[in-house]
Amino acid sequence: MDMLYGLFIAPFADFGFMQRALVGSLMLSLGACPVGVFLMLRRMSLSGDAMAHAILPGAAAGFLLYGLEILPMTIGGLIAGIVVALGAGAVSRFTIQREDASMAAFYLISLAIGVLMVSIRGSSVDLMHVLFGTVLALNNEALTLIGGIVAVTLVSLAIFWRALVAECLDPLFLRSVSRLGSPVHFIFLGLVVLNLVGGFQALGTLLSVGLMMLPAAAARFWTVRVEPMCVLAVLIGFASCVAGLLLSYHASLPSGPAIILSAGVVYFASILFGTRGILRSRIIHHRHRTA
Amino acid sequence: MTQTCLTFRDLTLGYGSHPAIHHLDGTIRKGSLTAVVGANGSGKSTLMKGIVGVLKPMAGEVIRAPGVRAAYLPQQSELDRSFPARVVDLVSLGLWPRRGLLGRYTKEDRDDVSQALMAVGLGGFEKRPIDTLSGGQLQRTLFARVLLQDANLILLDEPFNAVDAKTVGDLIALIKRWHGEERTIMVVVHDLDLVRQNFPETLLLARQPIAWGETRETLKPENLLRARRFHEAWEENAPWCEPEGHDHAHDHSHGHGHAHDHSHDHHHGAGPRAA
Repeated sequence: MDMLYGLFIAPFADFGFMQRALVGSLMLSLGACPVGVFLMLRRMSLSGDAMAHAILPGAAAGFLLYGLEILPMTIGGLIAGIVVALGAGAVSRFTIQREDASMAAFYLISLAIGVLMVSIRGSSVDLMHVLFGTVLALNNEALTLIGGIVAVTLVSLAIFWRALVAECLDPLFLRSVSRLGSPVHFIFLGLVVLNLVGGFQALGTLLSVGLMMLPAAAARFWTVRVEPMCVLAVLIGFASCVAGLLLSYHASLPSGPAIILSAGVVYFASILFGTRGILRSRIIHHRHRTA
Repeated sequence: MTQTCLTFRDLTLGYGSHPAIHHLDGTIRKGSLTAVVGANGSGKSTLMKGIVGVLKPMAGEVIRAPGVRAAYLPQQSELDRSFPARVVDLVSLGLWPRRGLLGRYTKEDRDDVSQALMAVGLGGFEKRPIDTLSGGQLQRTLFARVLLQDANLILLDEPFNAVDAKTVGDLIALIKRWHGEERTIMVVVHDLDLVRQNFPETLLLARQPIAWGETRETLKPENLLRARRFHEAWEENAPWCEPEGHDHAHDHSHGHGHAHDHSHDHHHGAGPRAA
């Protein structure tokens, strides 16, 4: 018993920074994982990655002006992310160019600006910090911010759920019965940016996408309905956070990558053993019914 | 006493600077059942999109009578069949006009969904994932959704594609039921025999209306011949359409008649096509 306690409970019970890291990352999962499910279902999985890069110049601007302060960097990241999301979204909605191309164009420009800004004044250490963050240094300010972002995300998802599902499932139909199609797309992109910005203090701009996409991608192998898929993604996110933090604590590994790699393990396990995974659909020979 | 449901006033719809529907004038009566026929590229789908409002007119306008609510079944659905949804989720989208974004689905709504599925012969399919449906079953599912929308203007764009003969019969019966309920219906159809048997009125399109009215009159051989001569391709340097005469774009059509007949013949009958 003592050993189990020492392995699983003590790190969180004994250290305030571990508790804050746990609370922060669990809250992040609660908001980011359902958003990730919709990103995946809209075939925009890589857009999350692009958005994460796009946030960089904003965060860098905040960092250059105010140093390593959470609020200026967050607000800067939010502004940069929203500019890129709206810009790319608008180009794809109002011209013939598809969203993947416009998103790529916008985020690359944004990333270049970001790297330029960091290199003007900072060192590569600063860049590393912005890119990879640290969940073990979450202060109360950061936790409050994450809490607010999660609340906004969950409330928005609850309100716009039906429109979001319709926009994914049959966008032309939604356009024929309602004018919500375009607004809901932009609201959704806003949520993506919001959750990435929320994650970057803890995980960095790059790895925060991991907590968004990996649980969602894993959940896809287990269910054929959206609602359970979102719930499952959140649970996988929770498990990855706990496992990652413990791994990081016991093996002295950086916490961000540990969390994301834990989610990666669940993803590979799901590919293999999921109810819609490889083993079930390819290797185990099914008996079939007469009709 | 006849009321109009739709009025087209000098309506031009198209893509780029090229019209697909050219200066259309006319009205659709409330409670009428109209077949829209014409060759590929004659503007049938474009007209549908213009009526729903998915495509904005280049000139002129479509005027809907007050209180007209449209349900639209597009030819090329943007439906994502890989989306994890069940038949019941897809059909329930048809409750949107009734419940909107936030209204809760009641027991009655769910019963209506089941009844709509029964009506298209898909009773008991509620829980099936949509990626397991055949093309024809999916088409009937979409019909069930139209049924649920309870619209008084129903626009169906080639609804009989990839649908077997028995199901075409079922769907026609459904359309006739709607007709009996005084709903206004416009259907894009390729099978002229089907049109002659089931549709009282026909609009024969070739970018402009060739004929429009009672089906037997509209589908007279000379009209069909005229419709066939219509030249499908855009003329990159066709002269600009000036307010008075807008016939010149069609003057080229005679020379290309043969090539056009050929492409038209492929699409006769309700043979299976990619849906």
